[in-house]
Amino acid sequence: MKDYAEIAKTIRRDIIEMIFAAGSGHAGGSLSLADIFAVLYFGEMNHDPSRLQWEERDRLILSKGHAAPVLYSALARSGYFDPDNLKTLRKTDSFLEGHPAMKTPGVEVGTGSLGQGLSIGCGLAVYFKKRQTSQRVFVILGDGELQEGQNWEAFMFAGHNKLNNLTAVIDLNDLQIDGNVSEVNTIEPIADKMKAFNWNYEAIDGHNIDQIQNAFKNARLSEKPFAVIAKTVKGRGVSYMENRAEWHGKPLNKEDHDKAMKELL
Amino acid sequence: MTDIKEEKTANRFGYSDALLDLIEIDKNIIALDADLAKSTTTFRIKEKYPDNFIDVGIAEQNLIGIAAGLSLNGHIPFVSTYAAFVAGRAFDQIRTTVCYSNLNVKLAGMHVGITVGADGPTHQMLEDIALMRVLPNMIILNPCDVNEAYNATVQAYKHKGPVYIRFVREATPILTSREDEFVIGKAKILRQGKDITVVSSGQILSNVIEACKMLEKEGFDIELINVHTIKPLDVKCIADSVRKTGKLFVVDEHQIHGGLGTAVFEALMLENIQVRSGIIAVNDTFLTSGSPDELLEKYGFSSVAVKYKIQSFY
Repeated sequence: MKDYAEIAKTIRRDIIEMIFAAGSGHAGGSLSLADIFAVLYFGEMNHDPSRLQWEERDRLILSKGHAAPVLYSALARSGYFDPDNLKTLRKTDSFLEGHPAMKTPGVEVGTGSLGQGLSIGCGLAVYFKKRQTSQRVFVILGDGELQEGQNWEAFMFAGHNKLNNLTAVIDLNDLQIDGNVSEVNTIEPIADKMKAFNWNYEAIDGHNIDQIQNAFKNARLSEKPFAVIAKTVKGRGVSYMENRAEWHGKPLNKEDHDKAMKELL
Repeated sequence: MTDIKEEKTANRFGYSDALLDLIEIDKNIIALDADLAKSTTTFRIKEKYPDNFIDVGIAEQNLIGIAAGLSLNGHIPFVSTYAAFVAGRAFDQIRTTVCYSNLNVKLAGMHVGITVGADGPTHQMLEDIALMRVLPNMIILNPCDVNEAYNATVQAYKHKGPVYIRFVREATPILTSREDEFVIGKAKILRQGKDITVVSSGQILSNVIEACKMLEKEGFDIELINVHTIKPLDVKCIADSVRKTGKLFVVDEHQIHGGLGTAVFEALMLENIQVRSGIIAVNDTFLTSGSPDELLEKYGFSSVAVKYKIQSFY
């Protein structure tokens, strides 16, 4: 039995170190996903870091591309590249761009302009299904991101085509740059929307490992595309960042960094 | 000079002809459409190869994303819908998802230009070259007839990376043959001459050829170039020609800013070539509804109008 909580803590420490070294980056929305990424990259996903082009691998698309640090840490820690590279985040000539890019080993596609990942996931899933492979596609969406209309074109397409190999994770941290999602332009009732678009769904605590694992298990058995509606805390694990919109994209100074690392021991 | 055959065909049929032939040998090709399969002619793919066809409905942003996803698992997606909705509505999807990751996605922009006619300015796409030209990794092809459209589609398939191909709605005269060589990035000199270089491409080329024939009869010695690839531009071919003739005239059925004219002028400036230059293009305005011929006449693209404009420039 893997200690996912310990892996998630390592990922959180990486996120803080990376963003501190870069002098910019998105800590809040990366920290909220650490537990989910620990379960995906160290358990749920069928992938092999030593074979980048292995055709039968599961695919993960980080549609909320600004959470690149959580993806990079998960990739490095699962063996796609040496974790020493993480401190080069956002630096000129690094293969770790501010938002995901194809040049990073393990990144499937570039993302960063919100609302585009689920469509890409649909394109992957529709022919995995047609070819009857057992491959799965995971798309990680932000809650604020769901304000982008293209998502709903994709939800509709996936529901219509019964893409049951497609799992969307909605990182429901209720924060976007300008404030609470529920105040800026609410996406609720999200579960009803999933139902109306012919998706199955499960609402979980996105920091509870058992619930995360169970949701992905149910996604595997679903006859429809499956949404994991993961209630999370933006900035989770670093007390002064938790539920604070300003930590969406604020750089960390030395004091911020030291305080965070102490809490993540 | 090129013969203009009596027979006319809409060049978008060259697209589906090519796809039917290509799918026969490569089942990884998927044609995608957004509720316009009849107009774009991809209904023919749906009939013959239903497993190689996806209609996503009226959702162009999703259309591009799905094509991107297909390309990531080894397919070769060919996306078609009206150019206004590909290059315009889905610009960010093409930029950020397709071009940034240099995905092997082919885009067919149908119903470009003035001759969409009666549907009016919303559907007369005259800005697509400008939009696609600025995107890194993008290739732009502008075939002049059904046979060149066929060849452009086949070459787009052979090229690895994003390609944007322009097609028109109306039946147009046949100017080329399928057997003609078509190399991406290599312009074709249709007539050699000493006095002036005339550059054009796409369906308007037939009017330009007619205009040049009229001028030829009156003793003008024109060098006419078909620039079927707008990006990458065959700078050497155009530069060599204008070095010889000393005069350049572009006929571009597109907005004046950012189209073929802009591409040619900026390329020559960067080559340090200064020549007297003229252009017929749409002059920074939205047009109106009308019949294709009337609109071509009204906005200066009829063969007679092209002839007089070149003559007065000369």
